[in-house]
Amino acid sequence: MSQEILDGLAVIVNEVAGVPVADIQPDKSFIDDLDIDSLSMVEVVMAAEDKWGVKIPDSEVKNLRTVGDAVAYIEKSTA
Amino acid sequence: MTARIQTPTGAPYARILAVGSYRPERVVTNAEVCERIDSTDEWIRERSGIVERRYAAPDESVIDLSVNAAEKALAAAGITADQVGFVLVATVTHPYQTPSAASEVAYRLGAVNAAATDISSACAGFCYGLAMAQDMVRGGSATYVVVVGVEKLTDWIDLDDRATAFIFADGAGAVVVGPSDEPAIGPVVWGSDGSQHDAICMTQSLIDFRDNGGPRFPTLSMQGQQVFRWAVSNGSVKAQEALERAGVTADDLDAFIPHQANMRITDAMIRALKLPEHVPVARDIETTGNTSAASIPIAMDRMLSTGEVPHGGTALLIGFGAGLAYAAQVVTLP
Repeated sequence: MSQEILDGLAVIVNEVAGVPVADIQPDKSFIDDLDIDSLSMVEVVMAAEDKWGVKIPDSEVKNLRTVGDAVAYIEKSTA
Repeated sequence: MTARIQTPTGAPYARILAVGSYRPERVVTNAEVCERIDSTDEWIRERSGIVERRYAAPDESVIDLSVNAAEKALAAAGITADQVGFVLVATVTHPYQTPSAASEVAYRLGAVNAAATDISSACAGFCYGLAMAQDMVRGGSATYVVVVGVEKLTDWIDLDDRATAFIFADGAGAVVVGPSDEPAIGPVVWGSDGSQHDAICMTQSLIDFRDNGGPRFPTLSMQGQQVFRWAVSNGSVKAQEALERAGVTADDLDAFIPHQANMRITDAMIRALKLPEHVPVARDIETTGNTSAASIPIAMDRMLSTGEVPHGGTALLIGFGAGLAYAAQVVTLP
């Protein structure tokens, strides 16, 4: 798993939702562990799209349950 | 030989002469909304920023709301109703296919010399109307135009739907647009995207309801995440474009008055626009709810009457909603 993408995503999640960067680990669920609601999730996705130049359609967002899922998706899309 | 046709000559520029608003009397708290939906005060505040909203009385119509707001705007402008050349009413909740709400509003105002029509651009409707009014004044087809944004959304939402019931409310706001020697309304940046027509739409047509029946009268439905994404990404780009086309920067603004869709959309737009902290932002949704076409003039009136923003100040307006339609412009406040 790309540490660089994980770190970048942690910064985004921190900026959008104020979650401490150290808490943003691959096994954490956005909703259950990090308390990211659906609207914040959209903001995270939009910021990730800008940062890595990827497309994450609404239909895909619901599959990104954990931070690790999101990192893997971005990694695959930028590969 | 082709006859030479005379064409009208308008004013060099147009401006908003005055604003008026009408917020229905009845205050509806989140607790009252939660009597019919499975939600909580805390959840509603967190997701929308709404603490309370206003509902019109059952016998209070879109026309009544409009007339209340427009009379205040006309009085503040010092314009008599018979001077009005056009009445534009932006609404999606007038419950008749025909005639227009605007024709009855004009009649009730005593605007005997006015043409009148409605605008169906949902939450972008007021900014659409403002742009059209400016063109009329500058084009010479009307000297004074009354633009009303009005909704009685409580007639068209499902009060048992936990996705929408807490958001929408009732109200009206109006401005009078007239001639100006100085530029006071910037170029409008507007458009629509019909490919996303189902992001905010009615659950079925009235014809389908008549022919197929079923328990559900058509009501408003919304894909929250899709709308949020579009509003923030598209909205901030268009708002920036409106600033550039008006030749001002965000730093020059005395107010940012976006459609009061959801406090979270407003906050995300501020971040995307990198709006300087010194610019006051309309947050009228907190106590008025989302009143679609009415929200911008209601918020403008509140910001001016509380002294939060100065008369003659510079404001960025942006409306966005079903259609998906949007319109943004920079204006000099009345």
